[in-house]
Amino acid sequence: MASKSTATHLIRADKVFQNLDGAEDWGIKGYEKRGGYGKELKKILKTDPKDIIELVKASGQRGRGGAGFPTGLKWSFMPRPDGVRPNYLVCNADEGEPGTCKDRDILRFDPHTLVEGMIVGCHALGAETGYIYVRGEYYDETSRLQQAIDEAYEAGLLGKNIMGTGVNVDVYTHLGAGAYICGEETALLESLEGKKGQPRLKPPFPAQFGLYGCPTTINNVETIAQIPSILKRGVDWWTQFGRPNNHGTKIFCISGAVNKPCNIEAPMSISLKDLIEEHCDGVMGGWDNLQAIIPGGSSTPMLNPEQSGEVLMDFDALRELGTGLGTAGVIVMNKEVDVLDVMTRISGFYKHESCGQCTPCREGVGWVYRLMERLRDGNGTVEELDQLFDVTKRIEGRTICAFADGAMWPVQGTLKHFRGEFEKRIEAQSKKQGAA
Amino acid sequence: MAKSSAQKIEVHEGKDLKWTASAKKKVEKILAKYPDDQSRSATIPLLWLAQKEFGGWVSVDAMQLVADTLSLPYIRVYEVATFYTMFNLKPVGKYHVQVCTNCACMIRGSEKIVDVVKEATGLSGQGTISDDGLFTLTEVECLGACVEAPMMQINDGYHVKLTPESTVEILEGLKAGKTVKSTTPSKGLEIFDGK
Repeated sequence: MASKSTATHLIRADKVFQNLDGAEDWGIKGYEKRGGYGKELKKILKTDPKDIIELVKASGQRGRGGAGFPTGLKWSFMPRPDGVRPNYLVCNADEGEPGTCKDRDILRFDPHTLVEGMIVGCHALGAETGYIYVRGEYYDETSRLQQAIDEAYEAGLLGKNIMGTGVNVDVYTHLGAGAYICGEETALLESLEGKKGQPRLKPPFPAQFGLYGCPTTINNVETIAQIPSILKRGVDWWTQFGRPNNHGTKIFCISGAVNKPCNIEAPMSISLKDLIEEHCDGVMGGWDNLQAIIPGGSSTPMLNPEQSGEVLMDFDALRELGTGLGTAGVIVMNKEVDVLDVMTRISGFYKHESCGQCTPCREGVGWVYRLMERLRDGNGTVEELDQLFDVTKRIEGRTICAFADGAMWPVQGTLKHFRGEFEKRIEAQSKKQGAA
Repeated sequence: MAKSSAQKIEVHEGKDLKWTASAKKKVEKILAKYPDDQSRSATIPLLWLAQKEFGGWVSVDAMQLVADTLSLPYIRVYEVATFYTMFNLKPVGKYHVQVCTNCACMIRGSEKIVDVVKEATGLSGQGTISDDGLFTLTEVECLGACVEAPMMQINDGYHVKLTPESTVEILEGLKAGKTVKSTTPSKGLEIFDGK
C-alpha cells in the first residue's frame, strides 16, 4: 500500500471521510477510532472564533455545494452575537442536483463528520443552534444522522458546556419534502421557516438577515464536515492537494456509462480522465467510446471527449472551459447514449422544479423544454436552433436566483457540442415528411 | 411549480381528524426544535406527521388540523402542502413506488424499470392505485443515489442497482407480504413515524 498520497489517490490518513464506503462502524465509537472528536476538538473549542475563521480563510477551502465560494470569507461576513438576535449555522443537506449523491453517503456512513463540523462551525460563528436541512427523500439517511446526533448528546459533545469549554451547541435535523429549489440557500431558509421554498432577493444576505431575520451562515454538508479535519491536520496538510485557489480533497460522484460508478474522495485538480480510468474502471466500451461528460451536476455544460481527456477537475480549470465543478457530480455518456434525449430529460427536470416565482423562469423553462422535445425528434427548423439559444440567453441572469441560469447552461452546452446532431435529425425528419 | 395547479385535492369526508395521544407527544417534540415564537417552522414536519398518521396522504382536513395546531391560517398550510412533491394530495397504495428517471438513472436503464413496475403491479400509469390496493407508481426526479442507478424509493426506503429481475423480486416480495430490506435499513425517524 502506498505510504503517500498522489495526484490521483489519497492514502487513508489523508481522507476526511474514511468510512465513505460504509465498510466500518458509522457510530461514534467507529468515528473516534478514525480520529474524530477527542482532545483536539476540545482544543478547537478553546480557540478564539476569530482565529478559527482566519485558519479556514488561510486554507482557502471553497464551498463544496456548487458555487465554490470561499468558506472563510463567508464566515467572516457574520457579525458577532449581539445578545439580541442569535446567530445560526444552517447545513444544506438538500442534495438534489442530478448526478450528485455524495452528501447521502456522508449522512449514512460517516454522519459524525458532519456533527463534529456543526459543533466547530457553530463555535466559530457564535451560533448556539444549528439546523441540518435534509431533503425529504433521505429518510433513512436522516434517521442515521439523528442517531449520530443523539450519540453526541449522550457523550456530552452537544448541548451545554461541551467538554467543559463553556461552548453551547444544539443541533437539530429538519426534513424537507421534495423541492429541488430548496437547495438554493434563501429558499432553504424560507422552507425551514415553514413556507414555500421560494428564493429571497439578495441583499440583504443571510449573514445579515437569515433564518428568522437573524445572522445566518448556510454551508453544504461536505464543506462543514471537512472543517474539523482542516483544523486538526493543519492548513499545510490541506493545501498540499490541488492547485492554488482549488486546494483540498473532494468527493467526486461518477455516474452514468462507466464500468464502476462510485463516490470517491480524491485530491482536487485530479484529471478527469484519471478520475474515470483509475477510480471507475473506465468508460463503458473504452475511452474512445466516450461521447460527452457533464462535469459537475446537471446544471454544468457538458464537455466533449477532447476536453474531457485534458481537463483537471477543479473550479478554475472547468470555468476556463465555460463550465464548472459545481457539485462534482460527473455524468458520463458514451456513444450508446442518446445525448439529446438525456439533455431533454434534464430540461424536463428544470421545468418540473421551477418554483414559479420569476416569469422568465416559470414561462421560459417550460418553453425551452417543449422546444427541446421537438428538436430532439427532428421536428423543427434550423432557425429554431438559433432561436433556442437566443431565448436561453434572455432567461439567463434575469431571475432572483441562479436556478434559471442552471437550467439554461446545459441547453447552451448541448447546442455548442451537438448542433450538428440536431441538424441531422431535422434534415432526416424533413426528408421523411417530404417522402410521405 | 412543483405541482400542477389542476391537481385535485381530496378531503376526508365526515371525519373530524384529531391527533392521537401518541401523535400529540410527537407534536410537542417537533415544536421543541424551534424557537417559541417560530412554531410555523413546524409546518412541514407536522404535515409529515399527518401523512404518516392518516393513511399516507394529506387531506384538506389534515391540513386544517396542522393549521389549527400551529394557530396558522389554513392557506399558510395549504400553500406549503401543495408546493412540495412528497405530500400526497390523494390516497396512494400501501407501497408508493417512486422510480427515478432523471439523467443518471436514465443512462442506466430506468425506462425499463418503469415498464417492469407497471407490468408487475398491473398499473397503466402514474398516480393511481393498483387493483389490489398495494401500489402507486410515480416517476420522480433525481433521488440522489446516482452512483447506484437505476434506483427506486418504496415508501421511506431506497432500492438501488436495480435490474428488471431484482425489481420484480422486490415487488413480488411485497405482494407476498414479505419485508423487503432497503439499502440503508434504519431505525426510522421516531417523531415522524406513524402508529
